[in-house]
Amino acid sequence: MDFSIASILALDGLTNGAVYALLALATVLLFAVTRVIFIPQGEFVAFGALTLALFIAPKLPDTPWYKQVPGTVWFLLALAVLAALGDLVNGIRQRRSGKRIAKAVTKTLALPVVLALVSFWAAPRGLPVAFYAALTLALVTPFGNLIYRLAYESLADASVLVLLIVSVGVHFALVGLGLFFFGAEGFRNPSFWEQRFNLGALSLTGQTLIIFLASIALIVLLYLFFERTLTGKALRATAVNRTGARLQGISSNGAGRLAFTMAAFIGALSGLLIGPTTTIFYDSGFIIGLKGFVAAVFAGLSSYPLALVGALGVGLLESFGSFWASSFKEVIVFGSILPVLLWRSLRDPHVEEH
Amino acid sequence: MKLVRTLIAAAVALTAATAALADINVGVVLSLTGPGSGLGIPMQKQLALFPKTIAGEKVNLIILDDASDPGKGVSDTRRLITEDKVDVILGSCLTPVAAAMAPVAAESKVLQIAASPVGVPPGQDQWLFRLPQGNDVMAHAMFQHMKKQGVKTVGFLGYTDAYGELWLKAAEAEAAKNGIKIVGVERFARTDTSVTPQALKLTSANPDAMLVVASGSGAAMPEKAIVERGFKGKIYQTHAAATPDLVRIGGKDVEGTFVVSGPAVVADQLPDSHPSKKASIDFVTNYEKANGPGSRNQFAGHSYDFAITMEKIVPVALKKGKPGTPEFRSAMRDAMETMGRTVFAHGVMNWTKEDHWGYTNETGVMLVVKDGKFVVAQ
Repeated sequence: MDFSIASILALDGLTNGAVYALLALATVLLFAVTRVIFIPQGEFVAFGALTLALFIAPKLPDTPWYKQVPGTVWFLLALAVLAALGDLVNGIRQRRSGKRIAKAVTKTLALPVVLALVSFWAAPRGLPVAFYAALTLALVTPFGNLIYRLAYESLADASVLVLLIVSVGVHFALVGLGLFFFGAEGFRNPSFWEQRFNLGALSLTGQTLIIFLASIALIVLLYLFFERTLTGKALRATAVNRTGARLQGISSNGAGRLAFTMAAFIGALSGLLIGPTTTIFYDSGFIIGLKGFVAAVFAGLSSYPLALVGALGVGLLESFGSFWASSFKEVIVFGSILPVLLWRSLRDPHVEEH
Repeated sequence: MKLVRTLIAAAVALTAATAALADINVGVVLSLTGPGSGLGIPMQKQLALFPKTIAGEKVNLIILDDASDPGKGVSDTRRLITEDKVDVILGSCLTPVAAAMAPVAAESKVLQIAASPVGVPPGQDQWLFRLPQGNDVMAHAMFQHMKKQGVKTVGFLGYTDAYGELWLKAAEAEAAKNGIKIVGVERFARTDTSVTPQALKLTSANPDAMLVVASGSGAAMPEKAIVERGFKGKIYQTHAAATPDLVRIGGKDVEGTFVVSGPAVVADQLPDSHPSKKASIDFVTNYEKANGPGSRNQFAGHSYDFAITMEKIVPVALKKGKPGTPEFRSAMRDAMETMGRTVFAHGVMNWTKEDHWGYTNETGVMLVVKDGKFVVAQ
């Protein structure tokens, strides 16, 4: 191996690592605020990439209109209706006034319905990719909120293990639906920026630059959000102590919904970023999400900067591992979690939680 | 009143049972739902064109869905054998499902004709025959082509699964025969986000050609990675990549790629000297008349070949026993082993006692991607 090969491998590893970093940050965020180990984080990646792919896929002229919108739109509507029913039942049970119930139901339904209408209008029109990318982000982001409300909210005080089991269920449900919506074959999205820069042996594509810039921008935004805004501080307070935060008037349900919405946004964004560099299948999200999870474990599911370091490490390990021993690549990546766990358990002695 | 009803029911059941005994019952297990439905549904469409009678006997097709699930495939097989008393089973189109069905069929001594390449160890496949081409036959056509093109060294980039492993074995054997050297073996998984490191290692070995072993839309990403690393040699793909998805995902990067394939899907372009030309044209014309132009498909071709097989073995077996009896079933199996050279839409078949894969080396066709279409390579 000479320097040029090493630099190409490093660039490749860092590019993937940047995407894993986003997923690791989302995993840490969710675990800190809600104690949910969110296995389906990767599914948002697949949903993001494939929804965009279906929007821009060429359509036959005689396709009926309802087949031109990706299945994600219908799924969003279905989840919103379920959540609205939940609002209704809750309202009646707690003997709330009709006006308040109607307000809650409208609040739940309004955004998904508007997004669905925009999608119906936009799907057959062949608009610029950037528009569809923004629409995809807007479509996938509300999934976080809705999935949290339907799957986790009533269990919010259950043990980490119960929440983990729910996550496994949600993961399988989303993968199955992904197959139904997007089909078994994969898609590769066009690059957002087709430019190429040659630096010696290195060839930097525009898409790589976009991945780096978007990841850095998001990390900085998250930092500012948690350090400078009241909402961010409220989330951090919930992360430190749920009961204490609730006593201070911070709604732990609200915190959970916000954290899940942010995670879904990060997932969808990762999907848009990675879609042009590789072929994404309905089930690709799991393994990508798992690598983000390994990085999050490296950070003990608690530290954002360590998760970032871990993710870049996973990316580099994967890239150099594929070069040296491609048959054992996954073994190397997932085996690397063992020494980390050992180190962590030696460093902070384990306290039985339940 | 109740007695009368019971009597009528019994009479109906009896006549139905005797009627079923006289007919030839064909059990079909296909993936009509789930991830394998893309393979099973075209097979079912071609079965709609299956002959109603063979050698004067009525043929009943009993088609069950295995939902792409080996467990469901096994219970379907049991149902076909115990309830429907089938004489032969076609299926499944997915290797894991067909492999799970094989012991059940063998235990009941029912002939199973799989539409997927099931790698059962030799000696354990007495009742199992396969319709798709094995990798050896395809590797033969591919390495013959490489030799003609003057290729001396090959880099191998394949799936980390059974498909990649079996192709590597076939490729190593054929390469040794043709004096070609495999200079690098690298692996990747369908869900990998990047194959750049593997491509880097292979291109630095600088072989004359690259062999990419992958399927469907998963086949484009590794090839793009090789091209992006500036590889200028020839690139070969296997028959699982001979789908429109390769071009859909690969775009201009896959132009000029050589792809090995069965003859059925390129019927109209085959040279007149190709033995399968007539059968392939017949299959493609009839299938596309029923399902629209451009709908031809590797797996529908397997259903077509299944009909050819049945028309050849049923008359032989009828001489030894009546449909629905164990004698008839074992006679059908024996007829498979002694049927001799048979021309299919997918190539030339010759099942023997030792070889239940059966395709001869006249089968594989080399295609090349030209302007986003597959054309027969010269």
